Amino acid sequence: MKPRKPNAISRRSFIKGAGAVAAAAGLVHVRPASADEKPLPPGVIEKLGPEATTIELNINGKPATLAIEPRVTLLRALREHLGLTGTKLVCDRGACGACTVHLDGKPVTSCMVLAIDARGHQVNTIEGLGTPSNMHPVQAAFVEDDAQQCGFCTPGMVMSVAAVLEKNPTATTDEIKHATAGNTCRCGTYPHVFAAALKAVKPGRATKDV
Amino acid sequence: MSRRVTLNLGFQGNTRDVTVTIPDDEPTPWQWGDRLSVVGKPAPRVDGPLKATGTARYTYDIELPGMLYGAILRSPWPHARIRGFDLSAAQHLAGVRAVLALDDREIRFAGQEVAAVAAISSDIAADALKLIKVDYEQLPFVVDMDSAAKDSAPRVFGSGSNIGKVKHSSVGDVPKGLEIATSTIEATYTTPVQTHVCLETHGAVASFNPAGDQLTVWCSTQGVFSVRDDLAVYFSLPPDSVRVICEYLGGGFGSKFGATPEMVVAARLSKATGVPVKVMLPRADEHRSTGNRPNSEQKVKMGVDRDGKLTAIDLVTRGSGGIGGGAGSAGPFGSIYRCANFRVEESNIYTNAGPSSPMRAPGWPQGCFALELAMDEMARKAGIDRLEFRRRNSDNPVRAAEYDIGARAFGWAEKNEAAKTSGPIKRGVGVASAEWHAVGVSGPEAQVIAHRDGSVEVRVGTQDIGTGTRTVLAIVAAEELGLPVDRVKSEIGDTRFLFSVPSGGSLSAPSNSPAVRQAAAHLKDKLFRIAAPILGAQPNDLETAEQTIRMRTNPSRAISFNDVCKRIPGDSISAQGERVPNYDGFRTDQAGCQFAEVEVDTETGIVRVTHVVAVHDAGRIVDPLTARSQVNGGILMGIGFALFEDRRMDPQLGIMVNPTMDDYKLLGALDVPQIDVTFFEVANGITNTGVMGLGEVSHVASTAAVACAVYDAIGVPVRSLPMTPDRVLAALGHA
Ligand code: FES
Ligand code: FES
Repeated sequence: MKPRKPNAISRRSFIKGAGAVAAAAGLVHVRPASADEKPLPPGVIEKLGPEATTIELNINGKPATLAIEPRVTLLRALREHLGLTGTKLVCDRGACGACTVHLDGKPVTSCMVLAIDARGHQVNTIEGLGTPSNMHPVQAAFVEDDAQQCGFCTPGMVMSVAAVLEKNPTATTDEIKHATAGNTCRCGTYPHVFAAALKAVKPGRATKDV
Repeated sequence: MSRRVTLNLGFQGNTRDVTVTIPDDEPTPWQWGDRLSVVGKPAPRVDGPLKATGTARYTYDIELPGMLYGAILRSPWPHARIRGFDLSAAQHLAGVRAVLALDDREIRFAGQEVAAVAAISSDIAADALKLIKVDYEQLPFVVDMDSAAKDSAPRVFGSGSNIGKVKHSSVGDVPKGLEIATSTIEATYTTPVQTHVCLETHGAVASFNPAGDQLTVWCSTQGVFSVRDDLAVYFSLPPDSVRVICEYLGGGFGSKFGATPEMVVAARLSKATGVPVKVMLPRADEHRSTGNRPNSEQKVKMGVDRDGKLTAIDLVTRGSGGIGGGAGSAGPFGSIYRCANFRVEESNIYTNAGPSSPMRAPGWPQGCFALELAMDEMARKAGIDRLEFRRRNSDNPVRAAEYDIGARAFGWAEKNEAAKTSGPIKRGVGVASAEWHAVGVSGPEAQVIAHRDGSVEVRVGTQDIGTGTRTVLAIVAAEELGLPVDRVKSEIGDTRFLFSVPSGGSLSAPSNSPAVRQAAAHLKDKLFRIAAPILGAQPNDLETAEQTIRMRTNPSRAISFNDVCKRIPGDSISAQGERVPNYDGFRTDQAGCQFAEVEVDTETGIVRVTHVVAVHDAGRIVDPLTARSQVNGGILMGIGFALFEDRRMDPQLGIMVNPTMDDYKLLGALDVPQIDVTFFEVANGITNTGVMGLGEVSHVASTAAVACAVYDAIGVPVRSLPMTPDRVLAALGHA
């Protein structure tokens, strides 16, 4: 059975509980994976939960099946249900970027996306980008230029930089600063992040059409 | 047994011979001009690939089979007495395994721990907290410092005064000093409460064995051994029945020493349920309850004579660390500049707010801000050049050299003289001086192990708060053994290793590196005993270099390090080293200075820092790459303190109104200036490595330099932090 596509806006703010999330409602726009997938007609609400529901996600190119309550965020699904703890939980409200993953290639804060809304999308996490023995060029540059101290912001920072360079392989310092403007680093590693990102900018390196 | 060695110590153009007595088995301290092969060369941090790929496991990432998720209920009231609890609804929620009412019935701040639950998921744990009913008797409270200092204020601790013991100290005669001054100033400076905002919140995974007499705790801590000792006392266990592990932690900045409430809660819940329990704090709790840097109100009087020499400094400073103490800012006033007449009165005011905890050079960034802005106000009034004024009042030759280096790199002379433009954007420059004493302490022990395959392991019970401890220790061992850094692996963060001190007070590198060097030297002696017969030499005649063990007098008589290791009779050979007490070396203080350039938009009041030049000494720099990261971090945290950060309390409700990472404003990528860092090498001979810490000294002067630059830009001092647009406009008389 083909999973039904989620609608355009994260519903986390309506489900996860009052208070903290009100300000963040509507911040994350998730594009349906393909144009022929139609959202539910207006007024029709998909019924899920509140108990655990089995869903299928596509994580780092592989299908993953998990049983979760609909209120579980993509971040918590990755960390607590799939054991992918490279993506970090820091503010849990879209303010710090530590939980950045790629959803269909775009950087999103996974604490602001419900796991059920990631169905039908391609989710890529830090684990899918590279491994210690086979690092992505951005990761290698982060190591070489010491773009990390405690390292807790680092996976999110790497994902933001990788996304901007994927889109714009000749990004300037200014563009890199904007791409990481949503990533908080309390250790103050920014200057080395910019340097590393610039190092990973390789004019002429093989890129996809953008 | 000990021996006397004469060391050439000091810095470029200023060295002298110093004779120290060192234990017989201690390697001779590195001295000025020693050529080292890997120490001092930029090296990527050894755990970099694990961090950059998300592979490094932090406490937050520990998931154990059967583990439960704990959560803590906190008081919504700033001052209350708990009359009773109704836990039954929470206990009956499906998925809940334990509910605990905590012992303390006196609530003194909003956010204090009240009760805790353990459940099969973090969502259920959060649901269960909502079902706990607490009967509070609300009591009068006070959260702002001025109100708390009044006689009529509600008492934070029930009785007594809200004003802690007032500390007085004085040298010389301040009234006399002010009298003889040809020029004086008097001003009040204030700084807000800052929270640490560690990216990884406080928390732990605790696991008691079924018998309840062995406890293992993974926690986000700056001191695995201090946590062990605290938990052993709390649970009446011998210390070796408690094992504490912290492989990686996402920041501490002074807020993560000892066993904190959430660790105790996790351990109590584990004891109650017989399975591991994880408690990681939500962000709001981190802001409210896990520590902060106290605010300050600093009344400064200063006088200067005709020669531009300080004649008097008078400081009355107070601050509030909430229900904690530790406010104070006098450090820099009594220490950075020479002044014969100096008086300080320092007090801590208690309020119904979260407890303070040490934060990156406790008291110094606040004090340095007030001192340096006062220095600029004084210099302007007396008509003296600001940098010259500082030179005249500092007698530290290291700082004098650093002023020269920094001024040149920054282009101080031109920028300081540049005429102000007529447009709305005004540029300004400032300079501020740092000081710290990161000499480290004795206590740590290290083990260095060579394996038959030629790999080397360093083991120390320290931890890496992000400064690069693993890397520094690997480099020091590699140096001593004549190996490249990648041959050495550092294992830290476990009380199963030999003792080390907490990572705070810039202690890690200066306290651990000498123990590692001594251990590596001892290991080297053992390897020499294996190699000597092969080389037909005496062990004493051998040295390590370039991955070989060879004759000192005839380097071609050599055997590779690997081949020696192959002859290890068992699987490995190891040696220990001890951190011996500090020697009387060259100097025990660190100077340092930072120059900042800002742009102030006089129409909007927005301040942008555009350039910072930092010059720092920290004895011998082991790894300039990771060291530069630390300095960048110190500067940027200081800019955040100067411009953005402010914990706001609601005086009516007694709660923190901005306990989030969006409402509590932090510096971001777009606020980062160009930063240039220069290290000024000093051979200090205080330990066998002469390494000093950098984490704090790099943060002391940053806020001050920005404040001085803003003053220069707009011609009026902004005496209250953060220098938000409204405060800048008010200072300009536009508001
Ligand atoms: S944890 Fe998602 S943005 Fe902070
Ligand atoms: S490296 Fe520590 S928060 Fe960025």
